[in-house]
Amino acid sequence: MKLRDVRDILDAEVIVGEDNLDLEVQTAFGADLMSDVLAFAKSGSLLLTGLTNTQVIRTANVLDIAAIILVRGKRPSTETIALAKELKIPILATKYILFETAGRLYAKGIVGCLQKVDTSGRS
Amino acid sequence: MQKESSVAYKKLTPVGEANHNLYSGTFHIEGGNFNSAGMVSTSIKSILKELGIPGDIVRRAAIVSYEAEINVVSYAKKGLVTLLVDAGSVNIEVKDEGPGIPNIELAMQEGYSTADQRIREMGFGAGMGLCNIKNYSDLFHIESEVGKGTHLKMIIYTP
Repeated sequence: MKLRDVRDILDAEVIVGEDNLDLEVQTAFGADLMSDVLAFAKSGSLLLTGLTNTQVIRTANVLDIAAIILVRGKRPSTETIALAKELKIPILATKYILFETAGRLYAKGIVGCLQKVDTSGRS
Repeated sequence: MQKESSVAYKKLTPVGEANHNLYSGTFHIEGGNFNSAGMVSTSIKSILKELGIPGDIVRRAAIVSYEAEINVVSYAKKGLVTLLVDAGSVNIEVKDEGPGIPNIELAMQEGYSTADQRIREMGFGAGMGLCNIKNYSDLFHIESEVGKGTHLKMIIYTP
């Protein structure tokens, strides 16, 4: 689906990236821990998170995340918005909680960028 | 007690002198400056992209340098990142002046962390940084001296 469909499904406000709503997205990852995002999220995915500081944008940039969906009514800081504009990473904000956000997107065809993690290599 | 610990997870091969460097440069990290955390890895990412390094390699290099940068900002006074790209690999070294790591084996354990609230508020500090760095590198080497600092070497091979 397109980012504009994501916006409509989540009744979200587009904070950065009004020009990027035709972007095609198929997968998503959700977490507030950026190290987990770095460990597991795949490029081109949506990032669903409640974290609003600049590290969310840095993390998204490192991974080539398609767009950030801020959940639970969180608002990004002005620094976060400025950096997102600079690095051209869309930010959408929804009032739905993380569980509802994920569920509503999943019901419309967005899937996880992975289903389960591989823990076999863990010491 | 001043003690030097070193754990090599995989043997490092020195970069051959015959290899032609595609890029070599250094970047400074200011410890405690949480606003700037991530700037170096953002630069590294665009440099590698411009060099035409494959996307997957660029992403891995950006992830390891970003996690290392977060560590320097979180714990050290300052750090120096050296990026060296040759025909076969991306080499990233991060050397900091900081408290050092008393027990590297413990620090390498997933979930072990000494992070404070400020680090956790950034979305880090869950004891995954060094694991992520190791997992995304083809070769990873860490040595640390308590009271002096920590030195990381990461190599990612390009196909």
